[in-house]
Amino acid sequence: MKAWLNQHWQTIAATAGKLAANPLNMLLNSLVIGVALALPVGGYIALDTLRDLAGGFSSETQLSVFLDLDTPRSETTEIQARLRKLPAVASVRFIPREQALARLKETEGIADVVASLGFNPLPDAYLISAKESGDESLARLAAEIKAIPKVGQVQADSAWAKRMDALLRLGRLGVLILAALLAAALVAVTFNTIRLQILTQRDEIEVAKFIGATNGFIRRPFFYLGAMQGALGGIAGCLIAFAGTWLVNRPLREFSQLYGSEFHLRLLSAPETLGVIGAAAVLGWAGAYLSVSKHLWQIEPN
Amino acid sequence: MIEFNAVSKRYPGGHQALKDISFSIADGELVYLTGHSGAGKSTLLKLIPAIERISSGAILVNGQNVSSMRRGAIPYLRRNLGLIFQDQKLLYDRSAFDNVMLPLAIAGFPPKEAGRRARAALDKVGLLARERANPVTLSGGEQQRLCIARAVVNRPSVLLADEPTANVDAEYADDIMRIFGSFHEVGVTILVATHDGGLIDRFPGRVVRLEHGTMGA
Repeated sequence: MKAWLNQHWQTIAATAGKLAANPLNMLLNSLVIGVALALPVGGYIALDTLRDLAGGFSSETQLSVFLDLDTPRSETTEIQARLRKLPAVASVRFIPREQALARLKETEGIADVVASLGFNPLPDAYLISAKESGDESLARLAAEIKAIPKVGQVQADSAWAKRMDALLRLGRLGVLILAALLAAALVAVTFNTIRLQILTQRDEIEVAKFIGATNGFIRRPFFYLGAMQGALGGIAGCLIAFAGTWLVNRPLREFSQLYGSEFHLRLLSAPETLGVIGAAAVLGWAGAYLSVSKHLWQIEPN
Repeated sequence: MIEFNAVSKRYPGGHQALKDISFSIADGELVYLTGHSGAGKSTLLKLIPAIERISSGAILVNGQNVSSMRRGAIPYLRRNLGLIFQDQKLLYDRSAFDNVMLPLAIAGFPPKEAGRRARAALDKVGLLARERANPVTLSGGEQQRLCIARAVVNRPSVLLADEPTANVDAEYADDIMRIFGSFHEVGVTILVATHDGGLIDRFPGRVVRLEHGTMGA
């Protein structure tokens, strides 16, 4: 057991030494892998930010309730209390008609139209979040609310949310395909790197087999090399993603402020970063495995 | 210890290198394998660590049948054999010391113990002072002795040497044979392929003679 650990440790140290002995090579390889990884990682960050943004409206379970125009303000509190008591309701937000109008006036192009009306055409309204999503339960809740006096119209805000969702799903599929393709590229890059490494170490492999090295012993450093190269590529990929996020965020913030909102791309979390590096290491290992299986048996002492 | 039973070796393409070879070597024996170049000495030696596989017959090493051995067991067979072959290169990307360390790393020795053993082996062949040298900078005789150090560092019970004195001066050749002699004294079985008759006269041992791939009289 101790000998085994010893061997592994020596192999890891020797492999790290081998990588460090050729820093330019290592850097370029890491860069290639890093760029390949940064693309799907960036896509993933962008999608996740969009989803968060869309999630801010918690769309799928939302109902808009419009009161009759002639409802006195005094009754709105009572109606709100009744809405709250409904078991399927998670939260209720009151939007007074003045506020709705003010919001509408801020909207470019509509302000003039609203001003020319001379009166407020908007009713008091509630924004309701239901506890459960799903068309059926939302429809049932809408019917219950409709039964409350003074309620004029109940509208499920799910249409645009569904569209947004479909779009996000499409985007996710795109990122997944991209990730799969680039993962294959990573395996291919490692495959080739390891092939070259096997060729340069041909003499060493031959001698090692000659003096009784098992296939496992000979394969091991290449596996480590592939995994380390992958992990380094993963680190490079995360750094590129971090730098990209940082670069994009400043103009993005300025841009979103112009529209009176504030959003920015989030950074990769620590577990996600580790996940990317780990996945890259596994892919590197896989590339090394394929390469070693293909090339190592061709080298025999003679 | 080592037993050849009606061993034949035919290379792909039809060249019959060895035909119906039968002999045995007892524990601790020093045996010379002689014959003209092309007689099949190298081929015969390569059959023992299964670097070449036999076409028919059987080879037993320590009671193990090499010819029917599965691939996974061959490395362990080789670790118990000290091999000094002509075309077995030293590694020029590392020091003499590290060349000798390689078999120990393969066998999984802890570094400290391995270092001690490697130095002992280098000392045995008189190269301890050159342990940091790159093998390229060593003379032919020194390189040959480094090969011997690498072969014996694992303390194998059998040494197989293919023309160990072919490329060295007579004086160095005697050095090398004296090193073999010291291993022979401690019970190591030694099989040396050579066409140097003078060597056999100076360091006597049993002679097995090959002629065109068959056993001589």
